[in-house]
Amino acid sequence: MFESLSEKLEGALQSISGQGRINELNVAETMREIRRALLNADVNYQVAKDFTNRVKEKATGEEVLTSVTPGQQLTKIVYDELTHFLGEEHEDIEYANEPPTVILIAGLQGSGKTTFTAKLAKHFVKEGHAPLLAAADVYRPAAVDQLQKLASQVSVPVYSVEENGTIVQDAVRVAEEAVAEARRTARDIVIIDTAGRMHIDERMMQEVADIKSAVDPNEILFVVDSMTGQDAVNTAKEFNEQLDYDGVVLTKLDGDTRGGAALSIRSVVNKPIKFASTGEKLDALTPFYPDRMAQRILGMGDVVSFVERAQEQYDQKQAKKLQRKIRSQDFDLQDFYDQLQRIKKMGPLQDLLGMIPGVGNQVKDLDVDDDAFRHIEAMILSMTPEERANPQILNGTRRRRIAKGSGMRVRDVNQMIKQFRDMKKMMKKMSGLTGSGQGGMDLQKLMDRMGGGGGGLPGGGGGGLPGM
Amino acid sequence: MGIFDRFTRTNDEQEQKKLEEGLEKTRTSFFGKLDRLVRGKDNVDAEVLDELEEVLVTSDVGVDTTLDIIQHVEERVAQDQYVSTQELNRLIRDEIAKLMLEDAPERPADFDAPLPDKPYVIMVVGVNGVGKTTTIGKMAYRYKQAGKKVVLGAADTFRAAAIEQLDIWAERAGVPVVKQKHGADPAAVAFDAVESAESQGADVVIIDTAGRLHTKGGLMEELAKIKRVMGKKVTAAPHEVLLVLDASTGQNAIRQAEEFTNSVDVTGLALTKLDGTAKGGVVIGVSHEFQVPVKYIGVGEDLDDLQVFDRKGFVEAMFEGVER
Ligand SMILES: Nc1nc2c(ncn2[C@@H]2O[C@H](COP(=O)(O)OP(=O)(O)OP(=O)(O)O)[C@@H](O)[C@H]2O)c(=O)[nH]1
Ligand SMILES: [Mg+2]
Repeated sequence: MFESLSEKLEGALQSISGQGRINELNVAETMREIRRALLNADVNYQVAKDFTNRVKEKATGEEVLTSVTPGQQLTKIVYDELTHFLGEEHEDIEYANEPPTVILIAGLQGSGKTTFTAKLAKHFVKEGHAPLLAAADVYRPAAVDQLQKLASQVSVPVYSVEENGTIVQDAVRVAEEAVAEARRTARDIVIIDTAGRMHIDERMMQEVADIKSAVDPNEILFVVDSMTGQDAVNTAKEFNEQLDYDGVVLTKLDGDTRGGAALSIRSVVNKPIKFASTGEKLDALTPFYPDRMAQRILGMGDVVSFVERAQEQYDQKQAKKLQRKIRSQDFDLQDFYDQLQRIKKMGPLQDLLGMIPGVGNQVKDLDVDDDAFRHIEAMILSMTPEERANPQILNGTRRRRIAKGSGMRVRDVNQMIKQFRDMKKMMKKMSGLTGSGQGGMDLQKLMDRMGGGGGGLPGGGGGGLPGM
Repeated sequence: MGIFDRFTRTNDEQEQKKLEEGLEKTRTSFFGKLDRLVRGKDNVDAEVLDELEEVLVTSDVGVDTTLDIIQHVEERVAQDQYVSTQELNRLIRDEIAKLMLEDAPERPADFDAPLPDKPYVIMVVGVNGVGKTTTIGKMAYRYKQAGKKVVLGAADTFRAAAIEQLDIWAERAGVPVVKQKHGADPAAVAFDAVESAESQGADVVIIDTAGRLHTKGGLMEELAKIKRVMGKKVTAAPHEVLLVLDASTGQNAIRQAEEFTNSVDVTGLALTKLDGTAKGGVVIGVSHEFQVPVKYIGVGEDLDDLQVFDRKGFVEAMFEGVER
C-alpha cells in the first residue's frame, strides 16, 4: 500500500520535464504528493504542511538539471532537507565530570523503556563502564521483576526498594537511593527506568519531575514508539515542558513503520534523536541515522538496500583495479563484460533498476527479463581477446563477423561499440568526480547513468545500453 | 479537494508559531466551528471540508479513509440538496460510524451476554507493549463480575516477567492462571489452559500471547500454531481472536491488522490507551478494511478501565477536541 515517494514523484512530475525551471505551478502537484507521503508516514498534519512549504520555497526557481529527471531532483531536495532536519550527526550521551553519570528514562506506557534501559546497560558494559539500574517503575505489575531479569542477562545489578516482600511505591526514593548506592559501590552510571505515564496525568508527570529534581540527571531520554501517529507532537511537547529532556530514543524500528513521528518530534522540540531500538534482543540498539530515517519516511528504503547489496557484491579490490583502469582509459570490452557479470550476480535486473530512485517508475511495467544483457554479452563473446582489449581495431569485416557470430545485425554491433565509447567517456568524467572513493558507490552511479542519464532503459526504446 | 493545496509562505519563526496554533486548533471543538461555517448556507463549502479533513487526519484516520469519508459526505449533501447545520453534523458522524463494523451476535462483546460456546476461548494478540496483558486482566475481572467462570492462559513464555505480570492481574481479578515455566512452548500452555478450563467447566478462557512485530514471519507462524493447537482441544477454538491496538499508533496499525489477520484471522479489536490525547482514528479504516468490529476500549491502568466499544461515542470523542 505504500508506494514509494520517488515513484509517485515521477508520475507527478512528468509534466515538468523539459520546462527548464521548477516553478510554483509545476511544483504544486508534486508538493501535494510529498505532503500525502508524509501524512501516510504519520508525520503530523501541521508539520507536514510546514515542511512541504519550506521545500517548495527551496525548490522553486531551481534549474532542472538535464542529467537527472525533475522527479529525482525534487526527491533529492526533499530528502536532503529531511535529513538535515532530522539532525546531521550522531550525538552522544553526556557523561558527568564526577561519576556516577545519571540517566533518566521516561515515556508513555508500552513505548519500550525497560527493554531500552537494559540495552543501554549492555552498551555501557561493552564500553567498559559499570552501570547500576534503578527500578523506579513501582506501579506496573512485575515491572521490577522484568527489569531484574533483563539486567541479569547482562550481569548488571538492579536497585529496588522492598519492604516485607512488597515493592515500596516511592519512585523518588528508589532513584535517590540508587544514586547513593552507585557511589558506595563505585558504579559509574545509573540508569533510572521509570513507569510509563500519560502526558496528561498530572500526578504522574509531577512524579517524574520530582525524580529529576531529586537526582539532577546528566541525561534525560524520552523514549517513543516509532509507530506513533499524529499524537506524537502532543506527548513529545508535554514531556519536554515537564522535563526538558536531552534526547529522544525511537523504539521498535525493526518493524515496517515509516516512522514519521521522528519528524514530528524534531519539529516541536528541538532535541536530537540519540538512539534507535531495533529488536527484542539486548544488543539491538544502534545510533540514530538521520539519512536512513529520511529514506524510510519517504518510502525510499530501497535505495539503501540497493547500495548495500551493491557493496556486498562488489569486491573492493576489483573495484580499485577497475577505477585505475577507468582513469587510465584502459577500460575495455572485456572489463565491460566482467562488469556485466557482476551486475547480474546482484539480483534480478528489474529489482536492481527499480531500486534506483527515478528509474523505478520507468521499469515497473516493463518486462525486463534477466537476460537483458544477453545480446551485449553475445556480441562481446563473439570477439577475439584482442578485439575486446582494443575495440579500435574493429573494422567492417570484423564487425560483420561478430554480428554473424552473435546472431545480431551489424547495426547492433555498431551501436554497441558507439555506446561503449560514450560510456567510457562518461566514466572517465565520473571517476574524476568521485575521486579515490569507495568502489561500491561508483557502481551505483554507473547504473544510475545507464538508466537515468543515458537516455534509455532496457526495452524502453531508444539507444540505452542494456536494451540494444 | 482543497486541503492539500493550501500553501503559504512562512519563515522559521512564523512556522513555529503556526505549528503551535495548529496544535491548539485541534483542541477546540470541531462542531462549534462547523456551526459557524455552515450557518445560513445551503451547500458544504470547501472550508468545511478542509476542516473536516484536518480533524480526521489529526485523529490518525489516514489520508485514504479521510478522502473516502469526505467523498461520502459530499455525495450525501449533493443528493439531499439542502442540509441544515444539525443535519450536516449528524450526517458526518453517521458516515464515519457507518464505516465501522457492527458487533456480531455470535461473538458478543457484552460481558453479561450469554456465550455461544463453553468454554468460550479468546486469544489475545498484538505487537509489543500495546496492552494485551492489561486488557486481559480487565476482561477477566468484568467476566467474573458478570458471574462467569474464567481461566487465563499464560502463553507469553518469552518476555521477561510476563508470566508474573499476568499472575498479578489474575490475582486482582480473582481468577486462576494456567502457566508453565518461562521459555516453555506457548502452544502447549494454550492447550493446557483450554483443557483445564474444559475440565473445570469454566465459561471463558483468555490466552495471553507474547507481543510480536507483525513483520517477523517466524513469530507469526508460532502464533498460528498456538491457535491451531487450541482447535484440537475444543472445536472452533479460539472463538475470538482479539487484536489489541494502541490508540497512539498511526497508520502502521493497518499493516498490523493485515499481518495478524493473515496468520490468525482476527475477529475483533481492542483499542487501548484512549485515556491520553490520541484519538485512535486508524481503527475506522482497520474495522472497515478487514471487516472486524472494535469490541473494547482501554481507558486507564486500573481493573475497571475497560469499556465496551460504542461507535457513536467514539466518533463524538474524535470531534470533541481535548478538554482538560
Ligand atoms: N494509560 C493506559 N495504559 C495502559 C492501557 N492499557 C495498557 N496500558 C499500559 O501499557 C503498558 C503495556 O501494557 P501491557 O499490558 O504490558 O502490554 P502487552 O501488550 O501485554 O505488552 P507485551 O506483552 O510486553 O507485548 C503497561 O504499562 C500498561 O499499564 C490503557 O488503556 N491506558
Ligand atoms: Mg504482555
